[in-house]
Amino acid sequence: MTFRPGPPPPAPPSHGNAAAAAPLTDGEWHRMHPLTPLLKGGIFLIVILGYVLNSLRDQLVEFFIPGGGPQDDGDPVRYVYEHGVVGWVLLGIVVLLVVLIGLFYLSWRMHEFRVTGEIVEVRSGVLFRTNRKARLDRIQGINISRPLVPRIFGTAKLEIAQAGNDANVQLAYLGTKAADDLRQRILVLASGAKDEESGGSSRRSNGVLQDRVDEIFSPELDPAAVRATRIVKVHPGRLIASMLLSGTTVFILLAVAAMIVSVALTDEYGILFGLFPAVIGAGGYYVRKFSRSLQYTIAETRDGIRIGFGLVSTSNETLPPGRIHAVSVAQPLLWRPFGWWDVRINRATNAGNGASNNQQVSSIVLPVGTARDVREVLDIILPGLVGTAVAGPTASPEELREGSSEAVNVVDDSLTTTGDRGGFVHSPRRGAWLRPFAFRRNGYRFVPGAVLLRLGAVWRSLVIVPLPRVQSVKVSQGPLERALRLASVHVQTVQGPVSARVGALDARDAQRLWSDTAERAVEAAAVDTSHRWREREARLDPATSVPHADHATGTVPPGSPWGEVPPPGAAR
Amino acid sequence: MPRERLDEPGLGLTGTTWTRVSSKLVWTELVSTVLVGVVVTAGCVIIGVVSGGFGRGAGTVWLLIGIVVAVIALVTAILTPRRVRAIGYALRDDDLVLRRGLMWQRFTAVPYGRMQLVDVNRGPLDRVLGMSELKFVTAAASTNVRIPGIPFEDADELRDRLVELAESRRAGL
Repeated sequence: MTFRPGPPPPAPPSHGNAAAAAPLTDGEWHRMHPLTPLLKGGIFLIVILGYVLNSLRDQLVEFFIPGGGPQDDGDPVRYVYEHGVVGWVLLGIVVLLVVLIGLFYLSWRMHEFRVTGEIVEVRSGVLFRTNRKARLDRIQGINISRPLVPRIFGTAKLEIAQAGNDANVQLAYLGTKAADDLRQRILVLASGAKDEESGGSSRRSNGVLQDRVDEIFSPELDPAAVRATRIVKVHPGRLIASMLLSGTTVFILLAVAAMIVSVALTDEYGILFGLFPAVIGAGGYYVRKFSRSLQYTIAETRDGIRIGFGLVSTSNETLPPGRIHAVSVAQPLLWRPFGWWDVRINRATNAGNGASNNQQVSSIVLPVGTARDVREVLDIILPGLVGTAVAGPTASPEELREGSSEAVNVVDDSLTTTGDRGGFVHSPRRGAWLRPFAFRRNGYRFVPGAVLLRLGAVWRSLVIVPLPRVQSVKVSQGPLERALRLASVHVQTVQGPVSARVGALDARDAQRLWSDTAERAVEAAAVDTSHRWREREARLDPATSVPHADHATGTVPPGSPWGEVPPPGAAR
Repeated sequence: MPRERLDEPGLGLTGTTWTRVSSKLVWTELVSTVLVGVVVTAGCVIIGVVSGGFGRGAGTVWLLIGIVVAVIALVTAILTPRRVRAIGYALRDDDLVLRRGLMWQRFTAVPYGRMQLVDVNRGPLDRVLGMSELKFVTAAASTNVRIPGIPFEDADELRDRLVELAESRRAGL
């Protein structure tokens, strides 16, 4: 399987499966995997071949079994065949193919990328050149997806999620190993770590064919390669059940019921035919959603959390620490009897180019899980978010975990509680006018490094906003709220499925929440270094004995409660 | 009635000096309110009359909508001076606080380090009156902090100062 379309590329850039050779992050320009033009253009070739074969089918049948075939003058293939211009048409097709392959080859030649210590840069295009540079410390996540066909050919698509709309950098396609290796190296560069230790991902080769087979059947998550310390998996059975118990199902059932009623009333069975596309659509929706969520794993790695999913077409994404702007743990009403929850996050990236359906998935961390799974997931994602804000920028992983433990515990305890339990400040009794069921649950509290909002009695949810990620805070009061002496607070983060808005709080509590959040967010952001999440280790390592005075000035000593931090303005 | 409104002591803003916006903003606001009010009212009334006036169901509904719109526009216009006076901003040590609203009162705090860019906009009316609107963009689309009615020179100065502050406190996203 090592054939290449067109002549082999010129020597200097190391290409394709060259993970073993010079690393792709050496600052030089590199090309994509040599099979890229075939994978990108393959769809055209298949379409043309399919059309030709389909049209020739009758001819072939007649060729082998003379006589009998239906005479159809409208068929272009028959026309061509009878007028004796087969040669010309074949030549035309061949020329077209050659031109197409040539174009794809050219575009492959012109498509190059490089990774330096600061940026990743891609240039592409033949007639219209594009050049995109992205800063490494603004990377929001790196996704490696392997759709079925590229997967068979041992290639993968690497996508570097950047903050902003349609700002992603896509590298399609790279060899699977090269992609894994590149991701790890980019993450090391982006983290600011100075030690250039390679990931140790040099798996032994067992011959080309065996390698390919291994790759295809290997589990999506290679625990050894990512050095995962904790892994949460989602059971397929529960996944199916959770999907059947969704609002979509209720909607579909209602629609079907409406159909049946209307058929029964009008005796017009024609309506049923209108149902077919809907049924197919709904079935497709479930199958797609299910196949995409199969083998869902959430793992903790040194460079952030890693979310992987997919059975046939796989995809897995690494989110560096501090790239999650808000977390919600929510329970749809139908899941309540089973005690299931899902975990969603807000991220600063908004993939627009062809990965829009991917985006939807990548804001889900846990599609469904019990309270225990939720706890484990929070254990994985919160240390990098909340822990850094608590334990200071120079903390070890254990300290980070300790720093976030209170947040995890409170969330774990408060998933279903109401009233004062868990230390939440909740709506007063008169809040029942606006929150008839939830007024005893609707509330907030601070934990070190984060603000928690406990919302909803029917559709329960718990929102965690890490203080270093708060963009702005708003307190507002409309006429109705003013009459009831209530107010609402919106902790504004980047756009996403999680909305950190709590209403119907006592006006005094809301004001306190506003001022505290504003103050703490500034302090937390000032000491936050998660955009270069391992720089501090690197800076600290050479001189562990010498305390860095310059770095310690504005920071919070580990373990100090947030009430006693230095006054605003002292930091930085 | 100390507890009924969002007040400065409750928000920990005691002693904050608010910068108020230019009173000329009243005219801009008035013009746009009146313009929108008149156009929408006229539209509703015309549709109402065409569809049969008070005699017919549809006509009645449209005319009533027109009347409601006119009343709302009138109330808004009358309250405009007070609303403009309610707009204020303060540059604190680490964040910018903006207050707006009379009936729907709101306070927004934006840490300087979170500002991604500062826009200065001038509409045609604003330009005649020598005013600019400052807009702050953070990574959160919902932040939407706009300060209208700042005199030209002040606006440029404020923008430069804010950019400088944001630069000195720049962090990740």
